[in-house]
Parts: sequence; C-alpha cells; structure tokens
Amino acid sequence: MDLSAINPALLIASLMVAATPLLFAAIGELVVEKSGVLNLGVEGMMIVGAVAGFATAVETGSPLLGFVAAAGAGATLSVLFAILTQYAQANQVASGLSLTLFGLGMSALLGQSYVGVKPPQMQKIDLPVLSDLPVVGPILFGHDPMLYLAIALIAAVWAVIKFSRIGLVLRAVGENHDAAHALGYKVVRIRILAILFGGACAGLGGAYISLIRVPQWTEGMTAGIRWIALALVVFASWKPWRVLLGAYLFGGVTVVQLNLQAAGVAIPVEYLAMSPYLITILVLVILSADKSSAPAALGRNFHAAR
Amino acid sequence: MKLTNLMTSAAVALGLATAALAEDPTKVGFVYVGPVGDGGWTYEHDQGRKAVVAEFGDKVETVYVENVAEGPDAERVITQMALQGADLIFTTSFGYMDPTNNVAAKFPKVKFEHATGYKRNTDNVSTYSARFYEGRAVQGTIAGHMTESNIIGYIGSYPIPEVVRGINSAYIHAKKVNPDVEFKIVWAFTWFDPAKEADAAKVLIEQGADVILQHTDSTAPQAAAQAAGNVITFGQASDMAEYGPKPRVSSIIDDWAPYYIARTKAVMDGTWTSTDTWDGIGAGMVGIGEISDAVPAEVKAEALAIKASLADGSYHAFTGPINKQDGSAWLAAGETADDGTLAGMNFYVEGIDGDIPQ
Repeated sequence: MDLSAINPALLIASLMVAATPLLFAAIGELVVEKSGVLNLGVEGMMIVGAVAGFATAVETGSPLLGFVAAAGAGATLSVLFAILTQYAQANQVASGLSLTLFGLGMSALLGQSYVGVKPPQMQKIDLPVLSDLPVVGPILFGHDPMLYLAIALIAAVWAVIKFSRIGLVLRAVGENHDAAHALGYKVVRIRILAILFGGACAGLGGAYISLIRVPQWTEGMTAGIRWIALALVVFASWKPWRVLLGAYLFGGVTVVQLNLQAAGVAIPVEYLAMSPYLITILVLVILSADKSSAPAALGRNFHAAR
Repeated sequence: MKLTNLMTSAAVALGLATAALAEDPTKVGFVYVGPVGDGGWTYEHDQGRKAVVAEFGDKVETVYVENVAEGPDAERVITQMALQGADLIFTTSFGYMDPTNNVAAKFPKVKFEHATGYKRNTDNVSTYSARFYEGRAVQGTIAGHMTESNIIGYIGSYPIPEVVRGINSAYIHAKKVNPDVEFKIVWAFTWFDPAKEADAAKVLIEQGADVILQHTDSTAPQAAAQAAGNVITFGQASDMAEYGPKPRVSSIIDDWAPYYIARTKAVMDGTWTSTDTWDGIGAGMVGIGEISDAVPAEVKAEALAIKASLADGSYHAFTGPINKQDGSAWLAAGETADDGTLAGMNFYVEGIDGDIPQ
C-alpha cells in the first residue's frame, strides 16, 4: 500500500469533473419533477446531447458551439416527451423509458461516422496567479467553464425555486395542478417549459461526457449514469444543494475507490466498487429524514376538462 | 397460470413454426455484451458475423442483440433467439457461461458456442477462446522497454482467469526486460463503461503510470492517455489504429471470422460437434497490430521476435522458472504451463502487488 501516490488536489479536481455530467442531468430532472412530471428519458436525452455536441464540436471546431447544440438536441428530444405526455396524455413512465431507448438508438445511428474522431479541446480557464496556486489552484481555478456553469446552474435553480414568483408557480403546478389551473396558471405550458429545461440540461450533461470527461464518441457511452441521476433527485428530496452534494459524493467515491485500488489498499475491491452507490444513497437518506416529500402531483397527467 | 401456459405454448408453437420455415437459410445468432460500435471486443465479434454473411450470402441469416447484461437477462435473450429458430448461437462474453448452458439444456437441437468459458454441460455446447496472453507477452515486452517511470497501469475488467492470465503474462515479460517495473492494477468491474474506463486511466496516470494496458472494451482509456500526453497504450481486442502512432503503439486484435465461418459451415454440413477451441497467434486468432514508430527499432525487433517464436510454438508465454505470488514454486526452469492451469488461473505470479478480488 502506498497512499503517498495519491495527490489529494488532483483527486478533488478529478472528482469535480466526474460529478459534473451527473450534476447537469440531475438539476434538469429536479426542475421537471418540481413541475409534477416524471421524465425517465434522462439517459436518452443525455446520449443524444453527447452525440450532437460531439458532432457539432468536430464540424465547427468549437466546443462551445458543441455544448449549445447539445442543449438544443436534448431539448428537441424532450419535445417528443412533452407532446406525448402533455397533449396525448400518454403514461409518463412508459413515454420516458421509450425516450431513453429511442435516444440510444438514434445516437448510435447519428454517431456512426464519429467513432474514433478526436474532438477539439475546450480551453481550461487560466487565471494568472490563481490557477498556479498550490492545492487551491487545480481545485478551484483550473477547470473548464462548463464545470462552473453546472455549479452556477444549481445556485440559480435554488434561488429561482425558493425566492421567485416563477419558482412559486412551478411548485404550485407540481403540488396541485387542479388548484393551479383554477388560479389561472397554464399548467401544460409551464410543464412543457420545465421539460424543455430538463432536456437541455441533460443534453449538456451528455456533451460534458463526450467532449470533456472522456473525450470521444462511443455508442452507449452514458452507461454509467443510467439511473443514478434519477435516484439522486429522489434521495436529495428535490433540493438543489443536496443534488450538488450527492453528485460530488458519488463522483468523489468513484474516483477515490479507483485511486485506492491503484495504490493497492487492502480493502476487497467489490466493496470499493459498490461504495459510490451505497455511500451516496446512505448519506442522502440520512439527510432526508426531515420528511420533505415528493411534489404531490408527480407523475400524474393533467387535463383541464377532467 | 392458465395465461402463462397459453403464452408458453404459443411461443413454442411460434418457435417451431419459424424453425420449420427457416429450414432453408441457416440462422446464426450472436449475443453481444456491448454495442457493435465499441471499437473493441464487440466490434470484432461483429466483424466475424459480417464475414459469415459475406462467405455464405443467402444461405445464412444472422441476427444479433447488443448490450446484453451478463446474468439472467442473457438467459432471456438467448432463449428468445432459440425460440426464433436460430440453428447456431454464439454468446460472446464470459458472463454468459451459465445462461448459455441453461438454455442449451432446453434446446437440444440448437448448437451453442460460448466464448471464453469452460463449461460444456450438454453436447450441443462448444467453447472457444483465443490465447490473448500470447499477445500480452508481446505487449509486456514493449511496455517494459518503453516505461520511464517504471510504473505500468493495468485496467482489469472482472477478476476471471482470462484477465488474470493477461496480467501475469504482461508482467512476466515486462519484468524480464526491466527488473524495476511495477504494476498498478485497477478493477473496473465492467466490460464497457467509457466514462469509468477513462477515470481509471486518469487515476493510473496521476499515480505515475506512463504505460496503460487495458482489458476493457472501449477506446476511452486511449483518449484519456492521449489527453494526458506522454503515455503509451495498446489497442485491446481491436486495432484502435485511430489512436496511433501515439498513444497506441501496438494492439492485440481478435480475429474470429475464420472460426465463425468454419463453425457455421459445420452446422450446414451436419458435422458440428461439441469442441473446445483455444487458438493463439500461430492459428491467427490473435493478431498483433502494427507496432508504431513511437517504439524504437530494436524494441520493435525484439517484440516481433517474441511474436514469431510464440507463433511457431518454439516459445511458450509461461515458461519456468516462475513462482506464484506467495513465493511458492509454480513452474520449474524450462517447464511450460499446461492448459488446465492456465484456463483456471486464479493467482498472480511473484512480484505483482495486491490481491485478486475473489
């Protein structure tokens, strides 16, 4: 065992990178669920975002445009879900799952000519002096802009939901759509906007994997994040900062366990391998002891005439 | 109960009907653990499938299912294929071993071929694998010469004999040319998860490894090594030439096409019997990808010499003296390992740190 081989600063820096795709996907899903819609198509939107972002970045040479395209692609795919559930009144669980399957298939088709291509690299933010600081430099100031955007997004969602009128309306729709409708709020319109936001966020998360974390395009490359983003929202009891905590915990334990393995620590590898899931869920379950529960109208379809 | 019975008999009837209809073209099924576009393991199996189609044309019909999880889900997929009238089914991952044998027991007329396993419970099951460890010997030789930090990172998938064999073979040959070499081994517990594979590669690089060997299926570790800079890698299962000449300096290429064609032919001719095939570089089932210019000429020559001696059988990758990890003797000087021990290999050789997860 040689723990000195582990560099804590690099470890924390890489856990932040590992957690960011999860952060994007989970915060998007949180807003969707706050509006009372359960979209299980997160992975479908992520993978489509991953391939659209990758393709755009390769064709234009600009990773930033890639992320814009990824958000657009994720939102576009979520329109399908919005039409199915908000207008056609289809079952949300089934629609979400089929969205995932559709997204996986379509991305494989779209990505065929991009296998093995190297994407343009996104410049890391380089602040003179600050980025060169020991320990603090690589942790706080040495990342790509998207990582900071993810954290800013968490803060923004938290502030909007907690303090603004828009947040209040969103929550009203999610808690009791009939009452919100009676007050004159456009339930369907608000939900569609929430779904679009969720789609865009998932798309960004996918593109973060294909453009920064890996970086390459491979079919089915979102495999590791399949359900954890959804679970995170539930175990974080629909609170943005807990999503951040959960995502960093999950990313953190994932990176730490690989580091411990490489350093030859004598803990059975099976325990290390399952630890990210176990520890994240355990911590969040303990935190959610305060009984904040799911939006009351979660997963229920709304029709004005009923 | 009634409904389930009805459905089962309907399914059986359907299976019989399609089997009768499909009498003309031979139907060959493939079960894959990853997507055909993984650029590695599954990609090469699918190349084998395409070779079968190219060889027999209309006389054969192939079907495949991608991303089949190892375990109970595999049993469902294999059963489905058998019900749909497949005459021959290739299951291409170690974890399909029990599902394949379970389904084979229920469909005595269907032939099953399981890759990298060792169980043949009924006489309609064959097993086949390639001696990847011969390729690992060539890799280890290059890796031992090329490393400057003397730390070689190894991304393992699951702790099964096939993977352990690869680690041992690479270590023995790296050690032979560079006595100071050290292996850092990380188990990913997945065959295919690009993000996790990339993380594992990054961790190993952060801990000082400048050579990354992988036994997982995607090209993500190659991309991570490329991003990190001064690190070399080897293509796994497929050439992964798009990452050459650096980081990818060579590769192990699986060539399943000749085997798949021969076995399909055997089913057509009615000569198929249960066999256990284990071919290496000599038979062409394991190929060594072009060694790139990033490798000095004399190292390249040495690697090719080992490849040649493995191919003609004059050298065995596990030739004594070799001790087990605990220091006990395994092979005496000049003694070579027998296939039985290799097939069930569950120990590291002397010099490797760490335990194999049990």
